[in-house]
Amino acid sequence: MLKQTALNAVHRAAGAKMVDFGGWEMPLAYGSQMEEHHAVRRDAGMFDVSHMLPVDLSGAGSRDFLRYALANNVDKLKLSGKALYSCLLRPDGGVLDDLIVYFLAEDSFRIVVNAATADKDLAWFRKLIGERSPNLRLAPRRDLAMIAVQGPHARERVWVALPESRAATEALRPFVAASFADCFIARTGYTGEDGFEVLLPASRAAELWAALAASGVKPCGLGARDTLRLEAGMNLYGQDMDETTTPLESGLAWTVDLVTERDFVGKGALLAQHASRQLDGLLLLDKGGVLRSHQRVHSELGEGEITSGTFSPTLGASIALARLPAGVPLGATVRVAVRDKQLAARVVKPPFVRNGKALIS
Amino acid sequence: MNIPADLKYTASHEWIRSEADGTLAVGITDHAQESLGDLVFIELPEKGRRVAANEACAVVESVKAASDIYAPVAGEILAVNSALVDAPEKVNADAYASWLFKLKPANAADVAKLLDAAAYTAVVGKG
Repeated sequence: MLKQTALNAVHRAAGAKMVDFGGWEMPLAYGSQMEEHHAVRRDAGMFDVSHMLPVDLSGAGSRDFLRYALANNVDKLKLSGKALYSCLLRPDGGVLDDLIVYFLAEDSFRIVVNAATADKDLAWFRKLIGERSPNLRLAPRRDLAMIAVQGPHARERVWVALPESRAATEALRPFVAASFADCFIARTGYTGEDGFEVLLPASRAAELWAALAASGVKPCGLGARDTLRLEAGMNLYGQDMDETTTPLESGLAWTVDLVTERDFVGKGALLAQHASRQLDGLLLLDKGGVLRSHQRVHSELGEGEITSGTFSPTLGASIALARLPAGVPLGATVRVAVRDKQLAARVVKPPFVRNGKALIS
Repeated sequence: MNIPADLKYTASHEWIRSEADGTLAVGITDHAQESLGDLVFIELPEKGRRVAANEACAVVESVKAASDIYAPVAGEILAVNSALVDAPEKVNADAYASWLFKLKPANAADVAKLLDAAAYTAVVGKG
């Protein structure tokens, strides 16, 4: 039995094609996935991301605990509302999940984790809390719905649909959140565009969704979400990295703090690792198909594999993330096995697209 | 569901139209284009290629997935719709106006074995 978000009936009524995503029944597309993609790049689109789980951590020592539990350093969070992207690691450096943590107060943080990994993450956090900080409280917030509104006109449409949010969020900088009444609004997203992610009581999700639609925000499904995040060069957990890969092999070294004295779960393994693989972007040069996950890649330094591939609606070309042997240089030409052909692709540095503009050509 | 009564079909979601000159125009059904979503790549067979019934001879790819297109009956590829290669989205816009290739059947009687609209409707209904 698939789990359903508070907006399930709304998606069905809109004629969305529903699919199983990590045990949740979610909209893949409402019509043309390509039009949904372009709406986000050019105007404003919205995604139901209520399958993701907000978890509230509270109690004295919350920051100390997260300083140890997360690979990125929560000491970077000084301003209330500020967000940080981090991996959650196993002791051997494998990635349990990737998440966003928001600093609310010294004894209060909000963490948003992926849907398919939520139960695993909760069990892991509870185990660590039990070992180190048994006084901390961990509260999963399934009572909240989450709507991501993304695109160059996303913020102003949120202010039309939810006028009372304007005062609290007008001055928000990227990667910062604000609370007001029973809403929590963050200037974050997974598309490479400006916008907000709105957390609110699930009972009010349908009302906000309808108001956003009325203000001209296009409903978008997981299909467009995937092409947007891949153009933005953002990893998808379970596809571009998982428990068998470390952040250093996944293009996420920038999210791991190995400089400060701080100890954290997985640090020893990362310091000892001589990464033999790296995650790069690929741009397909030849015509002849579309790059897809699991296709084999041949480089001068050996074999690799595509972890995520698609057709980029913005570039009008096929793009991918691929795990390649360490040392393959940017600009190198590699060959990708697409059905019975070996197609040329160029190794590039993601992102491919940001804020509506192509960065790779 | 859009399944024109005057066409023939396969269980693998090709439509077949008998042309006045005895050739068969082959495309993918409206159900197929809708399932695949926005098409972004089409590979067509070489003209003159001889194909067996149910032989994969073309490929369509959407943002989501790649799908082989099969020859509905044995025959020879007489023509391909090259205009679609640069505009795969035409198949999404009107699947039945967008033939992929024309086939000269090795045995004209084979066409009678293909599904009619009612039989194809049943195939789609079963998912």
